[in-house]
Order: sequence, then C-alpha cells, then structure tokens
Amino acid sequence: MRYLDLLQETSFTLFMNKARSALTILGIVIGIAAVIVLIAVGEGATAAVTQNISALGSNLIVVIPGSATGAVSQGIGTAQTLTMSDASLLQKQLQYVSGVSPELARHFQITYRSSNTNTNVIGANPIYTEVHNVTINNGSFFTQQQDNNLQRVAVLGPAVSELLFGSPYAGVGKTVEINGTIFNVIGVANIKGGTGANSPDNNIYIPLKTAQQYLFGQNQALTSISISAANPQSINLVEQETFNILLAAHGIKNPANADFQLVNQSSIVASLSSTTQTLTVLLGSIAGISLLVAGIGIMNMMLTTVTERTREIGLRKAVGAKKKDIGSQFLNEAVALTLVGGITGILLGLGIIKILSLTHSVTVVTQWWSIIIAFGVSMLIGIVFGYYPAQRAAKLKPIDALKYE
Amino acid sequence: MVTSNESIVRAKANRDNSGPIITAHKLIKTYGSGENQVTVLSDVSFEINQGEFVAIVGPSGSGKTTLMNILGALDTPTSGSYTLDGELVSDLKDDDLATIRNTKIGFVFQSFNLLPRATVERNVRLPLIYSSSLSPRDRKDRINSVVEAAGLSLSKLQNRSNQLSGGQMQRVAIARALVNNPSIILADEPTGNLDQSTGRIVIDTFLRLNRQGRTIVLITHDLNVASNASRIIHIQDGKLISDQVNKDKPQRDVS
Repeated sequence: MRYLDLLQETSFTLFMNKARSALTILGIVIGIAAVIVLIAVGEGATAAVTQNISALGSNLIVVIPGSATGAVSQGIGTAQTLTMSDASLLQKQLQYVSGVSPELARHFQITYRSSNTNTNVIGANPIYTEVHNVTINNGSFFTQQQDNNLQRVAVLGPAVSELLFGSPYAGVGKTVEINGTIFNVIGVANIKGGTGANSPDNNIYIPLKTAQQYLFGQNQALTSISISAANPQSINLVEQETFNILLAAHGIKNPANADFQLVNQSSIVASLSSTTQTLTVLLGSIAGISLLVAGIGIMNMMLTTVTERTREIGLRKAVGAKKKDIGSQFLNEAVALTLVGGITGILLGLGIIKILSLTHSVTVVTQWWSIIIAFGVSMLIGIVFGYYPAQRAAKLKPIDALKYE
Repeated sequence: MVTSNESIVRAKANRDNSGPIITAHKLIKTYGSGENQVTVLSDVSFEINQGEFVAIVGPSGSGKTTLMNILGALDTPTSGSYTLDGELVSDLKDDDLATIRNTKIGFVFQSFNLLPRATVERNVRLPLIYSSSLSPRDRKDRINSVVEAAGLSLSKLQNRSNQLSGGQMQRVAIARALVNNPSIILADEPTGNLDQSTGRIVIDTFLRLNRQGRTIVLITHDLNVASNASRIIHIQDGKLISDQVNKDKPQRDVS
C-alpha cells in the first residue's frame, strides 16, 4: 500500500466522520490545555511567592517584639519591647551585617485632593533602602539630615503613587496628607513586584524621627528591626548573635523567656515554597485527571470506531488489504487525531497562559515538561487504543467481519 | 457500445482462453472436532474454464456459501486442493490469500458492501490501493473503463454511494470487482437485494462481461437467476449432485 493512498484513506475517513473526529480532538485539546495551564498557574504561584519574599530584602533577618510563648491575646508586633537603643546596640555590636534598620509601621489614611487610600506607612532610617533593596525611580529617598530635622517628607511606593496621582512614579513635588499631617513627596520607589496589600509597592516611607513626632508618638516602641546579613552564609551566625545581644540587653537569662522573635527570610521562603508546591501538585493532579478523562474519551471513540467499522474492515480485507494495511490505516487515523488535538491543545494552553500573563490576573510560568508530558500521554493513549482494537479487527476472517452486524 | 477502454480490458481478459482457470479437487470442509464435527463440504471436485459463466446453486445450508468462501480465497479447505489461475490457493497463508483476492478475484456481494458515504470513484479505486502496480494516471483510466464496463455513466463518478439506487450500487460493486482485472468474478446472490427489473439489469451486465471473455461464478439459491449461466452446478448437503451445461440458456439477453 502506498503511503499517499494511506494518507488519502485516513483523511477521507476522518472527514467523513466529522462529528466523531471533532469530539475526539476536543477531548484531547481540553485535556492537554488543562494540564499546561494548571501546571503553569501552580508554578506561577510558587514563583510569585518567592519573588514577593525576595522583594522584601536580601539575607534578611527580622526582629519583632513579643514572646513566642507569650500571651495568646497579643498579636505579633504589638508588644512594646523593641527600642531605638536596641537598634543602636545591634548596629554597634553585630559583625557581618550590611545594615540594621529600625522600623515603625502602621496603616494610615493618605489623602491627595479627592483621592485617598489607607496604606502601610513605614518610619525608617535611610539605611532602609539598603536592607530592603528599595530603589528610587523618581526623586530621591530622604537623608539622615532630613530625619534629624524632623522634616515632613515622604517617599511613595509606585502602587500608592499610581492610586493617588494616576500613574506610577508621579507625584514628586506634590503634597499629601498622612493622617491629617501634610508631607512633601520627594521620591517614588521602583516597582518591586509581588501581589496583594502586603506588596512593598503599597508602602509609604517617611523619616523615623518625623514619624515618631507626627504620627506614632514620641515614645512609641519599634515595630521591627530588620537586619541584612553581609552574605547568605552569615545569616545563621548573625541571627544567633542578634539573639544573644538582645537577651543581654533586655536582662533575660532563660532564652525561652525572650520578649522578641527572630524571623529568617530563607525559612519563610522555604515554608511558603512548600505550600505552593503542594498547590502545584494539587493543580497537577486535577490536570492529570482531566487528561485521564480525555484519554478514556479517546479510548472510547477508538473502540466504538473499530466496532462500527468491522464490516468496512471485512470489505477491505476481501478486496485485498493485508493485516498490516488495516493496522496502519487505523494507526494513522489515531495518530492524525491525537496530533491535531495535541497541537491545538498546546496552542490553546499557551494562548490561555499568554492571556493570563497579559492581564496580570495570575502569575503563570510555562513549564515545557508539562507540554511534553501532556502531549506524550495523549499520543500514547490515542495510539494504543487506536491500534490495539484495529489489530484485533484486522485478524478477523474477512467473511466473519463482513457478516458483522 | 464498446469503447476503446473496454476493448483493452477485454483483450487482457482474453489472453488465455484454454484450460481450467479453477480446479477444485476433493474439497472437504469440516468445522469442530471429535463428536461435534460437522462436515459442510464433502469431496467436491470440478473445473471451470476461462470464459465460462457458471452458476452454483443450492438451498440454504447446502454448503454453497462455504464453497464460495473457498473459491473466493476468504477461507481455506480442511483438505483437498484448490488451484486458481495456476496458484495453489488451498495452501496459502493469510497475507498471500489477501494478494490472491486482490489480484485474481472480483467480489460482488448481495449487500453491495460499498464504503458508506464515499464517492463512486473512491469505491471503485479501493482494490487498487492495495496493489501498487498502477500509476495514478493509469488508475484513473482503469477506473473510467471499468465504470463504463459495469454499465454506469462516468457522470456518476463523484456521486456518493448513498445517493445511488440499489441497481447503481451493485454496478459500482461490479466495477470495483473488475478494477484489478481479476481472473474470475465471484458473485454471491448479487440480485438478492434488488427488485426483479434492477436484478435483470445486473444479470445483463454479467452476461455482457461474460461475452467479453470474463469468467463468472455466480452463487445463488434462485434457479431463475441461475438459468442465465451457461453451466449450472448443484450443491446439496455439502455434495455436488449435478454439473451440467445449461441448454435453456437464452442466446441473447433481453435488452
């Protein structure tokens, strides 16, 4: 049998049974697209979380007030046990650090003309930029001089700036009201990424002393002290030293009674990544099930097709088709269906991923292995279940196949 | 009307007009084994010469279908030998039987067995795709000549098989049977699904092909249909009970 004839017979049969072919293809398309999109969404979630956390700063150790074993009624960060002198002490005594940043943080109402928002206001020293990797797009960050002079200047996160002034990086030179106090906007930070209200893009930065003077109150204890280790290897050492220094400073003998906690960025990343990996596995399983269902669909179609076409197989054998000819025709049909369905499914999946990433609704990361697995599995199912029943039918005696009702 | 294409086909069919084209020798077919063994065909022997029009008749259950299956290389006898056009078919394996069916036998079935929804051309071409001897151009010529030889208009070539009448469908089947220029045409109750007048047209087509030199074996239970053949073989209870020249055969078909 010539290959051209085989192709003609295949395409003829598939076009003659348009509805059946279309349904089979549809099953494959949905299965493959689901796998590709769901895995991309799962991987995207992992990537987004990792990105969000690294956006907070590099080699970061955060000291927050309050006991780890303390009263249940206290929320994290509400205890009043961290002071400016703790921060100065750490600054003096710690080795292998690139910065120690004392911070005040609270949500306040921000107003510019008729626009207003409620967002996170951070009182900080200029070292904040170094510890948290904040870079300035427009204007400048405040200086130690401005801090000492209690100047009312503010640096906006790009999301805040967009909200108040209509475009990111706008608003430098304008004045905004924070909780009723007027501040001059002197800079807008670059986009750091991350999603949700906790994204650093939603922050407003003001000098620490100004913050105490006008917003938080003079004797307000620190919300947190962020410490940036000089390199990833020294994180554990710095964490240990910080713990010891603060225990001594607070006069606590038993480490279990510490009135502060240390949070290490890499441990956050690790625990969140494991959560999002669970998400990927979950989404992957759902996608796997849909692929399986698609596979059963293909299988069903192929089995029905062969049963329906037993007479045709008988006729073909009667006029001279060999077992091999029947087998290759059905194999060809199965390959054609799964190939068309597979390619359409991949294109559809990639298209959906493209739309998701263009609309910024969900972070997606395309995984090439998911495409290969989805395509491979559907090909395999199509071929096995197209070929196997056809082989069986091809072995029937032509007289029996012709009489088949 | 004899077209030039038709005469080519006829010339090929006439290449050897002497000696038997079919030799069946002591054909036995049994099913099952031991006590359950059923003998369907016992010790059937006959010869059919090139250019003959033979009818094999018998009531249902007589074994004529089994005989047809063996003659058509669809089945092999339990014992005995069957030689078709010089090939000892009774000893062949499946794939070689397929080749024999493809090149030496043209089937015409009671229920037409056309590819559903396929065009006349595609149906007639079917046996050609399983033998790669003809170029695409020669195939086209061959299809045209056999469609005309089967008494169909070439304008029907692109009609779908389900748009044809029963008589037209059976003539498509005849064209398909002719397309590989086979040694014999084997027709199994070809008029069984047709009314009398369309049946007549199909029989006339066979008569015309026979006059052009085609060897035709017609299997039927209907003596009226069998009376068109020049020789009638009677089968009953698996045995050949008579084999005689048909003296009543009309010398000219009614047309």
